[in-house]
Amino acid sequence: MGKFLIPLGIFGVLAIFLGRGLSLDPKEIPSPLIDKPAPVFSLSQLDKPSEMIGTEQLRGQVWILNVWASWCVACRDEHPVLVEFSKTNAVPIYGLNYKDKREPAMNWLQQLGNPYTASIFDENGRVGIDFGVYGVPETFVIDKQGVIRYKKTGPVTQETIQTKILPLVKKLQG
Amino acid sequence: MRRLIVLIIFAFAALSNAEEIKLNAEGEQRVKALAHELRCLVCQNQTIADSNADLAIDLRTQIREQIQAGETDAQIKDYMVARYGDFVLYRPPVQSNTVLLWIAPFLLLVGGIAFLFWQLSKRRKLVAEQPFTPDDIQRADALLENSATNEISNKKT
Repeated sequence: MGKFLIPLGIFGVLAIFLGRGLSLDPKEIPSPLIDKPAPVFSLSQLDKPSEMIGTEQLRGQVWILNVWASWCVACRDEHPVLVEFSKTNAVPIYGLNYKDKREPAMNWLQQLGNPYTASIFDENGRVGIDFGVYGVPETFVIDKQGVIRYKKTGPVTQETIQTKILPLVKKLQG
Repeated sequence: MRRLIVLIIFAFAALSNAEEIKLNAEGEQRVKALAHELRCLVCQNQTIADSNADLAIDLRTQIREQIQAGETDAQIKDYMVARYGDFVLYRPPVQSNTVLLWIAPFLLLVGGIAFLFWQLSKRRKLVAEQPFTPDDIQRADALLENSATNEISNKKT
């Protein structure tokens, strides 16, 4: 009997570890920026090259930063969700237009709707690097003190908004 | 035709170098070494030296710029870790949450050796625990003697 229990035990342990491995997403890397001040930046707006927008102006409110690009396929899936969410006016959403060109980006917004209060134009992706962006789309929730409180890598879904983002925003707006 | 091909090749070479900053030989060496120490976050099992993902190229450019600005290797690594976490380091650092990762192979080795010795001593006991009783020895002697006399008698006939 004991002879059978040993391989059975080993199998059980392996099954638990491998099962856990299956449910983890290797693309999901914990960001070291959570609970740290959002990187300081000052960039021009997508549709108004002469107007700058920066961290300082955004302080004092809870806001969402959504990193997107017209070349990003997953952003297309995410976009209707954001457009819908922006209609509730629950929280201002700012876009970080990452490594894009002005013209296709503006066309994109015109065609698919514009959920953003403003889009920040990060042509060379430098601010993206400061935010630790590695897979567009990415979404950050930033509090009144300018601290990053939540990050989502990959497309935001209706479910993410209802279960994670909205409750957190409500709490932060307090 | 050949001239055209050469022209195209040069055009591409110029393109790929357009955004790169020229460094001296020592600087180039450092870029190479650092790029081999940092993970590409898009294609996770490659270093940014091996990857041609957009982000890897951007991060290599970052390394170049920072070397030119006189940053040390440690400062550049800290810059990357501050943005992408320890995950960006291809060699995990030894710290409280990675201790198990570093010592597990040695624990396994020590455990394996202990297990081996335990098994061996168990086996030795098994052998030692069944000594021959005086009866066994007598029987064996009798048998041996018998066969010896048999041989002799066989020879005689």
